[in-house]
Amino acid sequence: MGVVTESQFHVLAVDDSLFDRKMIERLLQKSSCQVTTVDSGSKALELLGLRESNESDDPNATSTSPFVCNFAQEVEINLIITDYCMPGMTGYDLLKRVKESAAFRSIPVVIMSSENVPARISRCLEEGAEEFFLKPVKLADLTKLKPHMMKTKLKKESEKPAEEVKPEIEEEESPVIEILTLHQELESEQQEPMLSNNKRKAMEEAISTGRSRPKYNDITTSV
Amino acid sequence: MNTVVAKLQRQFQDYLVSLYQQGFLDNQFTELRKLQDEGTPDFVAEVVSLFFDDCSKLINSMSRSLERPENVDFKQVDSGVHQLKGSSSSVGARRVKNVCISFKECCDVQNREGCLRCLQQVDYEYKMLKTKLQDLFNLEKQIVQAGGAIPQVNIN
Repeated sequence: MGVVTESQFHVLAVDDSLFDRKMIERLLQKSSCQVTTVDSGSKALELLGLRESNESDDPNATSTSPFVCNFAQEVEINLIITDYCMPGMTGYDLLKRVKESAAFRSIPVVIMSSENVPARISRCLEEGAEEFFLKPVKLADLTKLKPHMMKTKLKKESEKPAEEVKPEIEEEESPVIEILTLHQELESEQQEPMLSNNKRKAMEEAISTGRSRPKYNDITTSV
Repeated sequence: MNTVVAKLQRQFQDYLVSLYQQGFLDNQFTELRKLQDEGTPDFVAEVVSLFFDDCSKLINSMSRSLERPENVDFKQVDSGVHQLKGSSSSVGARRVKNVCISFKECCDVQNREGCLRCLQQVDYEYKMLKTKLQDLFNLEKQIVQAGGAIPQVNIN
């Protein structure tokens, strides 16, 4: 699916409607973003590592897979875009939780809503949302996101210690990360224990970006 | 061969324009087509199919909620209309969306008769749009099979 570099933005999209998730996913892909979609605020918090899975109000929730636990460490989320009206945790509630968290408050949050309620909009902006998009969201709306995402990227890069090696240079040798299923990835790791550091890092990134998440059927991460 | 493709492309263009002119589709459908490319050639068809599935499901559940006059769950109906309005708006299904606006008004004042009328209308409109778009997608297929490209249609 092409070159995956550190400079690509990764967006976490939250919406309880399958239809809307498909739409926002495509919009973001078309704007050259990597996307992970979830169907609820609580799942978003789980992914970020802000919430234990046993806190979930879903009695059928299974325990969080190790890949979900590591998601926030392995994947740098540059933006969260969430629907406002969702059962359980609203987009506003999610916004508050994110902004209350020391680790994630710098991630820009964008709220989407099909209803134009000025009081709602100002409440979200006051709570720290960067933008409020009225649905249906258009491609042109997403161009507003780049500056917000750039800010966090530049900030994070300036905060990084000097000894951290940027894989951009190393990835010259393995520019294409194949989308393998988890099973295949594990198999090939076993068969090639002498992987070079480059390939190992690339494969670790492939695993942790969650392209195969057996537990969460409605998450799609795409390149 | 060229004239076959050109003829099909012309047919496609005219048909699509007529759907806009007759108010079946609005600008949002144009936005939807922008999201489709060589990498995702079925995107519009998939999204539209999801939408029609939603319509069918929501109409059924709202119908059940409206069934007994003495026990109407207007909250459920309102939720259904809200979802339908949202998705029809995102897809560019103009007529469906407009019925939803009236539907919501009937629901707000708990007008069961009005809701039933709107429900019937929504059902009619989505099915009508479904056949129209099916014809459109068939034309697309024919163009591709004849070796042509789908024309970019600019709607003013």
